[in-house]
Amino acid sequence: MSEQAIPLLAVHDLRVAFATDQGVARAVDGVSFSVESGEVVGIVGESGCGKSVTALSILGLLATPPARVLEQSSIRFAGEELLGMDRARLREIRGGQIAIVFQEPMTSLNPVYSVGAQVAEVLRHHRGMRQNEARAATMALFEEVGLYEPAVEYESFPHQLSGGMRQRVMIAMALAGEPRLIIADEPTTALDVTVQAQILALLARVRADHGTAVLLISHDLGVIGELCDRVIVMYAGQVVEVGSVSEVLGSPAHPYTRALLASRPVVVSDGDPPPLSPIKGVVPSATAWPFTCRFLERCPEADGECDGAAPELVSLGDHRRRSRCHHVVDVVEDVVEDTAGGLR
Amino acid sequence: MSSQTTAPRAQGVSRWAWLVPGLPQILAGRWGGGAVTLLVWSALASLVVLRWGRVLDAASGGWDERFAVLTLVVALATVWGWSMRHATAPSVDQGHPSERRGRALRAFMANRVAVVGLWSIGGICLIALLAPILAPHDPTLQGDLVGQSLLGPSGSNLLGTDRFARDVLSRVLYGARISLGIGLFAVAISVTLGTLIGAVAGFFGGWVDAVLMRLVDVVIAFPRLILLITVIAVFEGASLILIVTVIGLTQWPGTARLVRGDVLSIREREYVLAARALGFSNRRILFRHILPNTLVPVIIAATLGIGNVIVLEAGLSFLGIGVQPPTPSWGGMVAAGRQDLLGAWWISTFPGLAIVFTVVCFNLVGDGLRDALDPRLSS
Repeated sequence: MSEQAIPLLAVHDLRVAFATDQGVARAVDGVSFSVESGEVVGIVGESGCGKSVTALSILGLLATPPARVLEQSSIRFAGEELLGMDRARLREIRGGQIAIVFQEPMTSLNPVYSVGAQVAEVLRHHRGMRQNEARAATMALFEEVGLYEPAVEYESFPHQLSGGMRQRVMIAMALAGEPRLIIADEPTTALDVTVQAQILALLARVRADHGTAVLLISHDLGVIGELCDRVIVMYAGQVVEVGSVSEVLGSPAHPYTRALLASRPVVVSDGDPPPLSPIKGVVPSATAWPFTCRFLERCPEADGECDGAAPELVSLGDHRRRSRCHHVVDVVEDVVEDTAGGLR
Repeated sequence: MSSQTTAPRAQGVSRWAWLVPGLPQILAGRWGGGAVTLLVWSALASLVVLRWGRVLDAASGGWDERFAVLTLVVALATVWGWSMRHATAPSVDQGHPSERRGRALRAFMANRVAVVGLWSIGGICLIALLAPILAPHDPTLQGDLVGQSLLGPSGSNLLGTDRFARDVLSRVLYGARISLGIGLFAVAISVTLGTLIGAVAGFFGGWVDAVLMRLVDVVIAFPRLILLITVIAVFEGASLILIVTVIGLTQWPGTARLVRGDVLSIREREYVLAARALGFSNRRILFRHILPNTLVPVIIAATLGIGNVIVLEAGLSFLGIGVQPPTPSWGGMVAAGRQDLLGAWWISTFPGLAIVFTVVCFNLVGDGLRDALDPRLSS
């Protein structure tokens, strides 16, 4: 990947604090990553690790009194700073350049309008279409996202559609503005497993057909592995590991990633499945992050070396593969051995 | 209005159906709808026949009289057309464009009491519009004070005459115009104002909310009757427009609170976040995405508010600061008749009954709407 090209999305040292009754919660604490044009990047982590806050802060959608994006943070879209951007320009980018698909297709559609009218509204707003043009374009979008009776579905109200169909409508709505980046915030979490697979396939097709970059946020490594080129593992408001999907899922460099992988249920065709190994304990409170490694208390691999200052996110050879662990050097050697052993 | 029986295409009937609206419905077994249609149509038709001379006079009279004639023609045509359409078209329930609206309509129609209330309101409105044709006498014309005042109900004055020998029935009929007019316009003002203020307060929150809600508190805390009396005293004399405006400008806080509460909860919904993520402006989000979702409580509050305003106007007129004589208003008539209540009970009683009947009808419809439209109550 060329370093000189401006990435589509560059998040640098993003810090978001929430004022709560227990004090200031630093929900996102120095997150940096980038997304290239046409790339699918996954963000994975447990609930409360800051994934969704990161996603929402990209488009400035966090409610600010409680939330505050600290000043050193920077989010650049195609080189343009989004934080503190003029509101009119931000509205053009929202929906027109960056679109979001939310987790709950049940509640992210307005109950009083037909779904077709809602998609058409985006087309009229962002692409200046007139009523009948927008109607035709909406039907075309509906067919594209796998709603095969567009004339019927256009007139349907959200409550008349199934969860999977509603999520298809949401994707059609996201596509309506012809965005260059789609942020999908747990797009399949509320859906049945079979529908999940269909929606993931749809997102993959959208990316292939339109070259749209996708930032996929999920707690499910399976979903991430299915769709993504690269993956960012977040824990306690920080990035703990970055790399390509095959590297991160194949030879995880951080104990948290390994623990996440080990805690997934495995389906086996015969015999007993291996016992689940959940990660013990819970994510520490965002109002009082430990000064040591934030995963220390829950880490099965912690030793005396870990008691000191918090580890940095260090590069493992190439800059796209990073991990935040004191033991990272040993792991790097493993990786090198694995690679030498013909893993890839 | 039952739709459980589909009208059989009785060819023998349709030949005569155009003569008597409602008959095809009755023959098809839909007694309720048919009887109402037949009743309304025959009432309107007999009005034309019996008062043909008055209709002709009105057609060349003032604008309100001409409007009454127009109303009569439109009402006749509507009833006839409705009946024809239902007689010729098979009355199969075609899928409603919106299941939700269809469900609400069915729920409302299943509430017999509310439907009767709605029909009655329709009737009162028709009476108000047709008053120049319906009224047997001029409501402001004073008769022979010696021989014709304080007469009891009789053939020539169905509801008797008052102290000035005016026909009580005619005054009650004309009074419907004042009461309904004030009710509708004052509520239109208050609902518009209340919705706007409540929506802005709830949506923007912060100091905007604080200021607007303190304003609501002030308006609510201020004794309304005293405010009305003061305003009317200041402007020396109560014109109809002044009364409507003042009532409207003091009626909105309830609606504002209602809408604010709803907007507060709706603005946290995910579809509002989604609308923001799609780049819509605050104004568009508030008016196109949030407000339509608060419409139901507003409609209910408005319906109930009309009854409220009618009573308030009656109270003002009773106190002598409302609609000024000789213009007939129900409240004013009750007030004027109270000195003669023992000797000539009809002067106060009939306008009083009209007030009660109208307000009860509006409240019944309001309750029916609430039951039909509120998803929390219909589970």
